[in-house]
Amino acid sequence: MTSTVTRHRPSPKAGRYGFLQVLHAEWTKFRTALGWVIGMMVAALMVVLFAVLAGVSSNQKGSSPVPIGPGGGPVTDSFYFVHQPLAGNGSISVSVSALKSSIPKGPGDLRPGIVPWAKAGLIIKQSTRQGSPYAAIMATGSHGVRMQDNYVNDTAGLPDPVSTASVRWLRLDRSGDTITGHASADGTHWTKVGTTRVSGLGPTAQVGLFVASPAAVGGGGTAGSVSTATFGDLRIQGGLAGSTWTGGQVGAESPSFAGYPESTSGSFTESNGRFTVTGAGDMAPAVRDSLPTGAHLREILTGTFAALIAVIVVGALFITAEYRNKMIHLTLAASPRRSRVLVAKAIVLWAVTFVAGSVGAICATPLGERLARRNGVYIFPVSSLTELRVALGTAALLATASVLALSVGAIFRHSAGAVTTVIVAIVLPYILIAIPFIPAGVSKGLATVTPVAAFAVQQTLVPYDHVASNYTPYYGYYPLAPWAGFAVLAGYALVSLAVATVLLNRRDA
Amino acid sequence: MRVALHAEWTKIRTVPSPLWLLVGTVAATVALSAGATSVVNCTASGCGGDTTKLSLMGVYIGQALVAILAVLIVSGEYGSGMIRTTLAAVPRRAIAFAAKAITLTGVVAVGGTVAVLGSVLAGRLVLPDLGDQALSLTNGPAMRAVVGTVLYLILIALLSLGIATAMRDSATSIGIVLGLLYIVPILVQTISDPYWQRLLQKIAPMSAGLAVQATTDLHSLPISPWAGLGVTAAWAIAALSVGGLLLRMRDA
Repeated sequence: MTSTVTRHRPSPKAGRYGFLQVLHAEWTKFRTALGWVIGMMVAALMVVLFAVLAGVSSNQKGSSPVPIGPGGGPVTDSFYFVHQPLAGNGSISVSVSALKSSIPKGPGDLRPGIVPWAKAGLIIKQSTRQGSPYAAIMATGSHGVRMQDNYVNDTAGLPDPVSTASVRWLRLDRSGDTITGHASADGTHWTKVGTTRVSGLGPTAQVGLFVASPAAVGGGGTAGSVSTATFGDLRIQGGLAGSTWTGGQVGAESPSFAGYPESTSGSFTESNGRFTVTGAGDMAPAVRDSLPTGAHLREILTGTFAALIAVIVVGALFITAEYRNKMIHLTLAASPRRSRVLVAKAIVLWAVTFVAGSVGAICATPLGERLARRNGVYIFPVSSLTELRVALGTAALLATASVLALSVGAIFRHSAGAVTTVIVAIVLPYILIAIPFIPAGVSKGLATVTPVAAFAVQQTLVPYDHVASNYTPYYGYYPLAPWAGFAVLAGYALVSLAVATVLLNRRDA
Repeated sequence: MRVALHAEWTKIRTVPSPLWLLVGTVAATVALSAGATSVVNCTASGCGGDTTKLSLMGVYIGQALVAILAVLIVSGEYGSGMIRTTLAAVPRRAIAFAAKAITLTGVVAVGGTVAVLGSVLAGRLVLPDLGDQALSLTNGPAMRAVVGTVLYLILIALLSLGIATAMRDSATSIGIVLGLLYIVPILVQTISDPYWQRLLQKIAPMSAGLAVQATTDLHSLPISPWAGLGVTAAWAIAALSVGGLLLRMRDA
């Protein structure tokens, strides 16, 4: 500043000019270090490469098509159905006096157990086609009486499980598209459970009894269960008089159906107005572990992990290289306000990594999806807004992780220590939650408090309260909301950056 | 050679970080192994899995610290400029490199043995009933798993040494080694084609090498235990050759 100052200049302006210079200096340093630019390119390339690999190497050709519900999402629509046609409006009622489930404990070892979402009740369904619209009222294993329609909607009714001592009467009324469900504990006093509009039932719907028994969840996996229910007092009004009841498994060959346990099958018997129905399967939205042939965006973006290692290395080197070749003396001599140097470095690094990550993720997603679909993989559908969130979230995750590495590098002033610390903090929890048999509690805890929580930005799957499943990070369900998870990583990065700033100001370089 | 070995031993002995990394290796390995065995559900008929493999799971973490130790032995010298002194004292670079590799092998063998035996001991304490059958060191497959795991850790150390000598930068080397080790096991989960899965597991240094820990269901493994360790050895030899060659060819 040798030029003559004729007027009083407000300091903020001079300060901003100074900061722009620091920013420019840092940007020049970054773009002229070939290794770092290559590192960023490698990061972007890894995301794309792994998406291609995941797409090419998947093979689900020949698997049955995934049933799609009225809402457009994948569903499980497999259950034992005892039905007859019902023309136009009408009403059906029944009593449920028992619902017993069996769960396999080992090969050929079937034991009685509780399947919370085992279902037995009445259903009105467009047809026996998988994914067709329906409304149903049912007794469940341990969630009381429920009224559900079109897979995703669920309303609670009378509590307590059924038994011979607490029989549940159920009734469904159809009036056009409006279906009303009633429940009763004695068969005379009815309480309404819910009313719903189900479009597309058609002039003649299939109506009758059903039993479903979703796979039992335990030990990080699932096992196909089977349930048997006892019905009585079956009455049908309207409909086609004199029709006989037909029994059959809906969706026997479905990728979202776990199947019957060994040596069991669906059946129904009738004697003196008592129906005994045995069934397996579920009527519910498909979740990750009920649809093994499916894939979701996070799986296509596995390369994020490889990219993460690359950006951590570059981030740490961005500062530790200056300490190693003594460039830091020059840097701090040129810009004596040290905190600015660090902030400028963080901004440059974040922006560069974000751009590299965005390019990688935006190229990788459609490419990986297309290749996977060509190999018969069903990709869980997401809106384009969600897809954008996943791509930009992945880029922000990489960028923030590299800033974390930069800050830790400034604290350690040594690349090996910095890289090790950051990799252990991010990569290790990632590996632990990728082990299928890690207990759900541990896995969710890691995905809440460690920087790995940020991977929630890649979640596209939706958990459902009325579907029991392994909602763990391993299956792509994170405990925190996408941006809340990202905030955890951002918090670590900001705190480290603050500590690094304080230390940089205090210590001799 | 004896002088070179003595020099390397003095260097590794008098710098604090190798000792701490070794202690960390043992602690992390035993801790994760004990954690893994304590969460498993055991019934009278068994634990529904390979108990030996489970109780040696700690090497998942332990190998990372071993890799860092190996990387620092070389890249630390490049960082501080010590490498010039080393090569001035031992002008035949092959000997200097071999001395580093031998010293590293010895150190990791000791640390790895302690870590692996600690894991087995932890497994026997956590699973008292089954531990005696599955984790007995007189049992052939269990013995193979224990010895194989120590050898595996040594091979990972040598692989890291080779990469670090080629890259000369600690951060880059650590990134490459950890990526090489961990990416394939994570990638395999997202691949649904069994052919690709098995192929990747056969050629990746970690998945193939850790096949040596299997004691049950050997026929279902993508690669047999000793052949798997052979794959890791091939990786280590390749990395050492490249590293050694570059050390000879380049100016330090």
